[in-house]
Amino acid sequence: MGNEVDFMVHGYIPLNIFGHEVWLTTTHVCLLIVCLFLLAIGLIVNSKMKHATAVPGVVQNIAELYVEMMDGVVQSCMYRHWSKFANYILTVFMFLIFSNISGLFGLRPPTADYGVTLPLALITFVLIQFNAFKWKGVGGYVKDLMDPIPLFLPINIISEIATPISLSLRLFGNVMAGTIMLALFYGMLPTLVTIAIPSFLHAYLDLFSGAIQAYVFCMLSMTFIYQKMPE
Amino acid sequence: MSGITNEGLVLACSAIGAGLAVIAGIGPGVGQGIAAGHGASAVGRNPGAKGDVMQTMLLGQAVAETTGLYGLVIALILLFANPLIGRL
Repeated sequence: MGNEVDFMVHGYIPLNIFGHEVWLTTTHVCLLIVCLFLLAIGLIVNSKMKHATAVPGVVQNIAELYVEMMDGVVQSCMYRHWSKFANYILTVFMFLIFSNISGLFGLRPPTADYGVTLPLALITFVLIQFNAFKWKGVGGYVKDLMDPIPLFLPINIISEIATPISLSLRLFGNVMAGTIMLALFYGMLPTLVTIAIPSFLHAYLDLFSGAIQAYVFCMLSMTFIYQKMPE
Repeated sequence: MSGITNEGLVLACSAIGAGLAVIAGIGPGVGQGIAAGHGASAVGRNPGAKGDVMQTMLLGQAVAETTGLYGLVIALILLFANPLIGRL
């Protein structure tokens, strides 16, 4: 028989906040590690960019490449509104890609917890609704909800609410499916074989799928936000 | 049939339901295949537009995948956070 199959969220330390019992779970720990890693990258790049040179070094080169590439992607999606959203999209993409591939380094990916993906999608939801109000006003917003005829009002409200749910469930489902498949595969194999064979599964489920899902989350956020704006 | 407890019956039926729910994966599989095939033929006709075709194809496939993932989430809920046990 193989190892024990284990891919659930565990609680470590119980905290008592305003009479409710709240647990510090695996997700918190992994999220903290990913955030510390991102913070370290930010500090290193920041200190390097203070002494930016005309002929870039390695760190400066990578940072400039990443920012220019993502600026191009945001620009191709949002045209003249791109500069206001580039910061949000770049940050979310960076966070998602590092948390999705953290399964490679033995962590449980934080995005395999619905409590992490739903807030991310809710941020996008707030941005979508805020921009709809900002560019169309209250009258235009209500008119948009009753788009062809007023009879469609409930359906349009449901489709507005479905946006963050489908965004978050897509990310959660993909990463969770990868996590479960890897855990089942590790549980199936005897310990000696687990060194070589699952590397292909890791390459597909963690690297490829994780990168695609981070990209898709950002692209869909940009598309949904841009839909609510004037040309 | 006399040795089956209520919990056992609910758990067994939940497992069957989880298996039925992931059949939803058929639809996205067909849809993604169609999208990939048309993407391949588009690249064959116009190799210069490979980047745009890839981007559109991946985005469409990701949206088509959502319905299958709903089935997966239903299966996960039935297996690991079963709401039916509490109603016994």
